[in-house]
Amino acid sequence: MIHTLEPIVEQHPFFLGMEERHIALIAGCAKNVRFESDQVIFHEGERADHFYLIRQGLVAVQCVIPNKGLTTVHTVGPDEVLGWSWLFAPHRFHFDGRAQQPTLALEFDGKCLRGKCDEDHDLGYEIYKRFTQIVTERLEATRMQLLDVYGKRD
Amino acid sequence: MASAIEQPEIAAAAAAADPMLPALYSIQRVRQETDDTFTLELVPEDSHSSFGFRPGQFNMVYIFGVGEVPISISSDPGSLPMLKHTTREVGTVTRAMRQLKRGDVVGIRGPYGSCWPVAKAVERDVVIVAGGIGLAPLRPALYRLMAEREKFRKIVLLYGTRTPEDILYRQELEHWRGKFDLEIQVTVDRAASNWRGNVGVVTTLIPRAPFDPSNTFALVCGPEVMMRFTVMELEKRGVATERIYLSAERNMKCGIGFCGHCQLGAVFVCKDGPVFALNQIAAILGKSEI
Repeated sequence: MIHTLEPIVEQHPFFLGMEERHIALIAGCAKNVRFESDQVIFHEGERADHFYLIRQGLVAVQCVIPNKGLTTVHTVGPDEVLGWSWLFAPHRFHFDGRAQQPTLALEFDGKCLRGKCDEDHDLGYEIYKRFTQIVTERLEATRMQLLDVYGKRD
Repeated sequence: MASAIEQPEIAAAAAAADPMLPALYSIQRVRQETDDTFTLELVPEDSHSSFGFRPGQFNMVYIFGVGEVPISISSDPGSLPMLKHTTREVGTVTRAMRQLKRGDVVGIRGPYGSCWPVAKAVERDVVIVAGGIGLAPLRPALYRLMAEREKFRKIVLLYGTRTPEDILYRQELEHWRGKFDLEIQVTVDRAASNWRGNVGVVTTLIPRAPFDPSNTFALVCGPEVMMRFTVMELEKRGVATERIYLSAERNMKCGIGFCGHCQLGAVFVCKDGPVFALNQIAAILGKSEI
């Protein structure tokens, strides 16, 4: 018996409320993945052909800062989305993604989903709306981080 | 017999006497919390002191010959006569305070101000959102909640700091986390790769925190910008405005509403606050003119 990922995709908060036919299209680009603690999921500069919906665990978004080394700028936990570079040209990751804990996720083939979005603009609109919301939230959070509201030192 | 939570407000002994006259307290210990934050542990010189306080209230702490500053009480209301004040070295008085040693004497006026409405949260979820040193005024509320744990539903502490090194009360947080009846989530604004916890501002914890927004009381304390964004996230999650409480901070001098230094719109933070229901101050929160 073949089990599809549709029920898991449908129940993930990121896709809540999406039409059944869209869920089927999205699930067709998905697979289950597991990362061990410290496993690198993607590297800065690599082609961004995937994104992830985290089901369990925690992933650090990191970059190397001269004189500071590897620095975590953000973490992504359960029910959150990891990666949006697949959606926007030039489709390259801007940061490293590394599992901080054993992590379960759904991995989506971005090329596959981009193709489906091009063919079905209703699906494309839904995907862009949801990712724009994520990008907006991350931008707001980043602005707050930049305000450095807790600090007085450098 | 009424429980600690149901008891009427504790009348402060100092309020009955001259409110400008400090009581003498000696330092039992100065505990370094982070590289710029420390806690004074104080006991009254007068062993018959009847000092009592409610979570969220503050004292005016006087360093003789230097000056006086308002500092929230961060100890357990059930551990009197011991008083604890956590503060950061930011000015002349707090720098002098950091130099104090066991046996040195300071003046205490208080307690002053309003308190966290712990009793109103009975039978509800309680979410506590703290930023930076804002955890200090919330700690007495946590002690009260944990002292009568069975009266509340979920208790969730969301705590944001600048870096892992800036986490206050680290041992206590670990202890509470181990009790399994208090959900604690900590996040930092920046961290080296060896930090295994959350990175991001404290508001990012709110959407996935385990509480029922339709039956939640929220207590928020931290930098004003952080509180404004926190309020937005709590409301977005569905927490009713009338069940969100904040602790405001202004430059307090007299502590009793005489001098006007801490005026915030139509209220005095020292007398009407520092703890306010959101709807008391929502209209003026974030206004640069005020």
